[in-house]
Order: sequence, then structure tokens, then C-alpha cells
Amino acid sequence: MVSEKDTRGRGGLPGVLKGLATTARTALRPTHTAEYPDVAPELPPRSRGVIALLEENCTSCMLCARECPDWCIYIDSHKETIPASTPGGRERQRNVLDRFAIDFSLCMYCGICIEVCPFDALFWSPQFEYAEVDIRDLLHEKDRLGEWMRTVPPPPALDEKAAEPAEVAAANRPARGTGLVAGGGAARPPRTVRPRVVREELE
Amino acid sequence: MTLLEAVLRAVAALAAFLVLPLLVGQAEHKVMAHMQGRLGPMYAGGFHGWAQLVADGVKFLQKEDITPRAADRWVFRLAPAVALVPYLVALATVPVHPGVAAVDVPGSLVLVLAATSVGALGTLMAGWSSANKYSLIGGLRAAAQLVSYELPIVLALASIALAGGSLSLVVLADRWTPLWLLWQLPGAVVFLVAAVAELQRPPFDMPVADAELVMGAWTEYTGLRFAFFLLSEYAGIVVMSLLFSVLWLGGWHGPLPDALGWLWTLLKGFAVALVVIWVRVAWPRLREDQLQRLAWLWLVPLALLQLLLTGAGVVLGW
Repeated sequence: MVSEKDTRGRGGLPGVLKGLATTARTALRPTHTAEYPDVAPELPPRSRGVIALLEENCTSCMLCARECPDWCIYIDSHKETIPASTPGGRERQRNVLDRFAIDFSLCMYCGICIEVCPFDALFWSPQFEYAEVDIRDLLHEKDRLGEWMRTVPPPPALDEKAAEPAEVAAANRPARGTGLVAGGGAARPPRTVRPRVVREELE
Repeated sequence: MTLLEAVLRAVAALAAFLVLPLLVGQAEHKVMAHMQGRLGPMYAGGFHGWAQLVADGVKFLQKEDITPRAADRWVFRLAPAVALVPYLVALATVPVHPGVAAVDVPGSLVLVLAATSVGALGTLMAGWSSANKYSLIGGLRAAAQLVSYELPIVLALASIALAGGSLSLVVLADRWTPLWLLWQLPGAVVFLVAAVAELQRPPFDMPVADAELVMGAWTEYTGLRFAFFLLSEYAGIVVMSLLFSVLWLGGWHGPLPDALGWLWTLLKGFAVALVVIWVRVAWPRLREDQLQRLAWLWLVPLALLQLLLTGAGVVLGW
């Protein structure tokens, strides 16, 4: 590396004047400061602020709790029996979520729980103002996690030539058993509830 | 001079001593912030953080006053006063209006010089008495700096005294003519650089050098005593800026009517203080050897040259 001569530190008087000019120019420009408590920061939609829970989508499958690297997700559930919907039919069982809690004093915001959830029950929210005086108060139950759903931004728009979203494709698919009959019967409802995308200002 | 007048003058000098350094300090907060693309204090007092330094003062007041066990107790506790009081004396002798200074003595130029030198002695006392190696190194660096930079200041002021034919600041300022701006320019540059160095302000803050010496001679100080050191630094800026504006920029000489002479002096002094702040923001710290080099190889010869020039001018009757 002998191509360029190292001129650092050899500025002398021009360098000194340049320093003065730079600071003066900066002083005359508007500042970069965002006055945070008075002005809400503009965070990108993919900011990892807090993890929100959409309770309706959770099946208590425990995948998130088991994948969590520091075991900060607590899930309690019980099984309920649903009586047969048609006479002579079979009774079905389903899981009912009793408790879903995330201990944000342990959480390291890796997002694995969100990645791993097969039913889209967990979402990133840019909301970050949930500091507590006592570290033990950072264990948040499902009510609080559910409240944060309001702050989840809508998913970004798809690329122009992207494939149809899974939910839309499922809704447009002809109902099972109707074959290829034109106009094919009632559309099947999507398997999961989509997040309620109420875009609100972060409080 | 009646007793009442003496009291009034003393109170006026004290008020200026307490208010002007705070003004300069607040200006430093805001100017430095904007030069770095920030806003600076915005909350204290409501409007753009105008009361930030008052709040700082209240904070310092509440802190515990600690004297280290191994410290030389009396010297340690006396040092902030030794640093602070001389600048009060110096400020009292600086004229701000035609013929008006809080204390008008015939040899005020010599008095100011002596007072500012004693001020730097406070740093040396603090460094020596703290029983802390960082303080000691800081104090010794301050002493070395004082020795190097006192000389250019004396020579630059001697040139002014020669040009004006007096040792009184009031008389010198009265004899100032716009020609001095050119004639005394080398001396002005020497004085400004040496004054910043004497105050141990960046880029000449080797004695404090917070990256290597914690806080130099002030390392062991807390609370109000520490605040006094900070106050003396800003009082020093005020004294040096006013001195520069009176001797080299003509003080109250200006286009405004004579009744507003004091305003001119203060405005010029404030402008000089802004330059001192600006230099702090723009330039990195000089190394100890660079610092000594600048003083002995550049400032002293330049000041001697200025003295020669002034002498020639006086003899030839310019």
C-alpha cells in the first residue's frame, strides 16, 4: 500500500481553519436531536419493541415455550370437551389457554417464539415504553400481551409479483368436495384469525 | 470615595462576578451543543434550559464535601478559594465604561497580571495536596503550562502598555485607536492563544486531560469546592475576554453613543468568549510537548517581534 501518501496530521494551519469551519457550519444547520419524551420516535415497522399475543390464534401447543432459549414463556392450559355437533357424532377436545406470560426481564428479543409459532399468535410490536421500577414487574400476563396487539403495525405490502398470501389462497380455494364445479360453493374461512390491524399512534 | 460608594462598587463587582461566568457557561452549553448537531439543555427553567447552570449549582450544593484522609487538609480546602478569588480581584479592575472600573488603581495592568497568575496557583495547590497521583501529575502539568504561557502574556501586555504609554487599563483603553487593530495584531493573537492556555481550556487542557488524568488536579474534589473550580474557569474566561476586548478591540470605542460604552465593552468581551468556546469545540487537545513547543518556538518569538514593532512605532511617533 504505497499508492497514496498519508497526509493525516499534516494539515497544519489549513487543518485548523477547516476544523473551525466545520463546527461553524454544523452550528448553523438544524440539529439532529429528537426530543424523545415530547416527540414520539419514528420507528421502523420491524422494530423489536415487545412481543404481542393474539390469544384467539394460540392453541397452547407449547412450541414457543420449548424453543425459547432462556425459557421465559410460561403457558398453562387445560383440555375441554366439545359436545358433538351432529347427533351421533364424535365429541371433540380442544385446548383452552389459561395462562400465557412472557418474562421480559429474561427475554433477549431473539424472536424465535414468533418465528416458530405455526398459528401466527405472536407478533413483534415497536412499542418499547414498558420499563418498570422493579425487575419482577416485567413478567407480563396474556391480558397485557394482548393489549399490545393494538400497536402491531400492518404487515408490509407484498412485492408486485409475489405469490398470493396463504390466507387469501385458502379462502379462494374451492370448498372440499365441490370438485371443479363453476362458482364452487361457499369459500372456506381462513384457518387463523388475521391480526386486527388498527394502526394507532404509539402511546 | 465614600463608604456607600465603596460598598456599591464592591457589590457591583461581585454581581458581575456571579452573573457573567454563568452567562458564558450557558453560552458554552448551547453553542457547543449546536456545533455538535445537538440542542443542549432544553428543560431547566422552561425556555431553552436557561436555568441549567442554576440547577447545576443547586446540585453541587447538595453533594457531600469530601476531604481525602491522606490529603494535606488545609491546603486542600483552601485551594478552590485561591483559584477563585484572584479572578474576582482581576474582574474588579477591568474598566467597562469610559473611566469606570469597580476599582481604579494606577497600575491595574500589573494587578490583573499578578491576580491571574495567582489563580493558576490554586490548581497547583489542589494537585499537590490531594494525595492522588492523577492530581499530582495534573498539578505539575498546570505548573509547567503556567511557566510557559505567562511569558507570552506578559510580553503581549507589555507591548500594549508601551503603545499606550501607561500601566492603567482605563488610560490604555482611552488611548486606543483603530490603527491598533493592525499594529498590535501579532500581540493580540499571542495573548488570545496564551490566555486560553493559561485558563487550561481545550485545546490546552493537558493538565485536566480527562481521558488520561480523570480530572487532573480536581480529581478528589466534590460538591461546592469542585463547583468553585469550575466557576473560576469561567470567571477566567470572562476576565481574559474583557481584557482582550478592552486592550485590543477598543472597549467602549464604537459607533454607539458614549452612554452605551459599557454595552460595547460587554458585547466585544462576549464575542471573544464565544471564540474561546468555538476553539474548544473545533480542536483536539495538544500533547504536552506540542504545547511547550507552541509556547517557546512560536508565541514567545512572536511576542518579542511585536514588542520590537511597538518600540519602533513609539520611537518613530506613529
